[in-house]
Amino acid sequence: MATSTTRAAGPTPFLDYFPVLAQPEPAWLAELRAVARSRYAELGIPTSSDEDWRFTPVGDIATTGFTASTDSSAPLAEGVTRSAGELVGPSAASLVFVNGHFAPALSTRGVVPGVSVMTFAEALAERSDDLRNALGRAAKFDNASFTALNAAAFSNGAVVFVGASVEVKEPIHIVNVGGGELQPQAAHTRALVILAKGASATVVETFVSANAEDVHLTNAVSEYVLGEGASVDHYRVQLENFEAYHIGTTGIVVGRDANFRSHNVTFGGFLTRNDFTSLLDGDGGECTLNGVYIANGKRLVANHTTIDHARPHCNSHEVYKGILDDRGRGVFNGKIFVRIDAQKTDAKQTNQTLLLSDDAQLNTKPQLEIFADDVKCTHGATVGQLSADALFYLRARGIAEPEARTILVQAFIGDVLDRIRVEPLRAALGAKVPELLAFKTGCEIPLDGGPPQCR
Amino acid sequence: MLQIKNLHATVDGNEILRGIDLEVGAGEVHAIMGPNGSGKSTLARVLAGHPDYEVTAGSVTYRGLDLLEMEPEVRACEGIFLAFQYPVEIPGVNNAYFLKAAVNSIRKYRGLPEYDAMEFLAIVKDKIKLLGMDQTLMQRPVNDGFSGGEKKRNEIFQMSVLEPTLAVLDETDSGLDIDALRVVAEGVNSLRSPERSTIVITHYQRLLNYIEPDFVHVLSEGRIVRSGGRELALELEAKGYTWIESDRSAAELAVV
Repeated sequence: MATSTTRAAGPTPFLDYFPVLAQPEPAWLAELRAVARSRYAELGIPTSSDEDWRFTPVGDIATTGFTASTDSSAPLAEGVTRSAGELVGPSAASLVFVNGHFAPALSTRGVVPGVSVMTFAEALAERSDDLRNALGRAAKFDNASFTALNAAAFSNGAVVFVGASVEVKEPIHIVNVGGGELQPQAAHTRALVILAKGASATVVETFVSANAEDVHLTNAVSEYVLGEGASVDHYRVQLENFEAYHIGTTGIVVGRDANFRSHNVTFGGFLTRNDFTSLLDGDGGECTLNGVYIANGKRLVANHTTIDHARPHCNSHEVYKGILDDRGRGVFNGKIFVRIDAQKTDAKQTNQTLLLSDDAQLNTKPQLEIFADDVKCTHGATVGQLSADALFYLRARGIAEPEARTILVQAFIGDVLDRIRVEPLRAALGAKVPELLAFKTGCEIPLDGGPPQCR
Repeated sequence: MLQIKNLHATVDGNEILRGIDLEVGAGEVHAIMGPNGSGKSTLARVLAGHPDYEVTAGSVTYRGLDLLEMEPEVRACEGIFLAFQYPVEIPGVNNAYFLKAAVNSIRKYRGLPEYDAMEFLAIVKDKIKLLGMDQTLMQRPVNDGFSGGEKKRNEIFQMSVLEPTLAVLDETDSGLDIDALRVVAEGVNSLRSPERSTIVITHYQRLLNYIEPDFVHVLSEGRIVRSGGRELALELEAKGYTWIESDRSAAELAVV
């Protein structure tokens, strides 16, 4: 039971049923969990009076009555896992978690010399000290209640170690499946990826639902720690169902001359909040945070990014593109800090949003705090609609309006999707755009030819 | 092929077309000339179904069908092609993808099997050569970063691939140097056949040296004020549009 002495700022669900852990944990972890738990009890679920959560109403998470399953046996998980696997194609390893529990039967792990792809439980047994040094370093929970909740409550997760100078050619795939049980499920998923000096890897984190109907919560925390000269090509692919609540926190520490390159794709979820926090912690580091999202229906997608230039000669690039339709809502908050020592910083941030409906809503806010004097920082935000001229041009060439709209929408986010280097993933995500927006257009082109039939 | 009767059209509440009557037979090439603001481009856009233009009176019958009832894409599928005066730039959509979508949309409408990538490429390659265009154009975004001449050639290239029954060229010649003009004209002429008709809208007589019209019409203040053969274009070239306009106001004065 919660025994916090100070009164929580927000509601504190989940305190009653933290999972029973499968094995006794070492003292350092038990202590970490205890601190995280009491911090969560103090902070509670954020309310609208918290500036950082003003446009992301998460009160429903406290009242839905989420519970946690005890195993990975949710039916249907196998099928969705297979589909998730096809997104990525051949992978070096694929670790599957169902409602936060490891599913060995659905996972595959090849042997790549110098690389360990483990569950958290395995890593705890074999590399407890490495875990202790890294866990919580990139994703701090002092002022992040969901991160604190995750640290206190996660039962398992993926841990990847890539040894010095090792190059992992095929992607490492971490699949998280949510829902599929009788009760609404809460999964506190965890990933920790550590690259030693000169190592490189591609990591894809995919989030899917067991079915289209179940309300479920994903509270994911992923951490990336890149040693000197290491590089990571990272993809975060959220394709959960339109009932799901998704809180995703990604913490990154980029070492000297290291390069973290991320693409964050949110096509699913009812309410999605993504936080990316990247610390450029060594000279000459580079960080790319790109993202695309679609929010239609009454869905909400909020992306908050923080790039902290702590050292000189670091570059950061950021392009976020969103498509809002129906009564969809989008939030973008892009913080860039350039600390006093971070001379010769080159930071560029772009946020572009396409509004397909008059009822959609966007809140976008760049936030640059620059304390060094010899830096280059630019930011820009644009909001627009589909070009009527372009639409007519396509239609005048025989392309039906729904298809013409789709082509223009794909073109809008295409320049971000095209940068995805995992080819099957790029193709699959591109193909999902029309699927997602098709229900809106209400038009069908008859299979046997003839003009489009519109309702 | 096309019968336009007493066509009136407005844009933003301003009446631009004020009673156009025009008949275009199969295989014919009609030139429509006229000063700026006479309604030439409005006529082209109304025929293509531009949503900003409202038809307030009159009718347009195309191959026995009520053209004004059709969506722009259906008009295109039925064989109407508008070469835009200002081709639209569409960043992020490459030319090959765009044109393949257009070709297949039209083929689907006509109940023909769609082309796969290989078949499409084979067809396109010949046409590109015919128009003296760079092969890399297919992989560039539609009209994005194209020069004025490249945009116009791209229009004619699209036309040669889509093989329309009725082509409407809206000031395709404006801004072209003589070489580009010749290429554009060759593209148009190569499509001439007894089944196909063309409406060439132009401000200048020059294009008509290369695309010989069967009929020339002069548009002024939203009406066709004079029709004739090729010689009318030459007369306009010699005397200028003021000749028509003064002629017309004289006529109007006479009526009053």
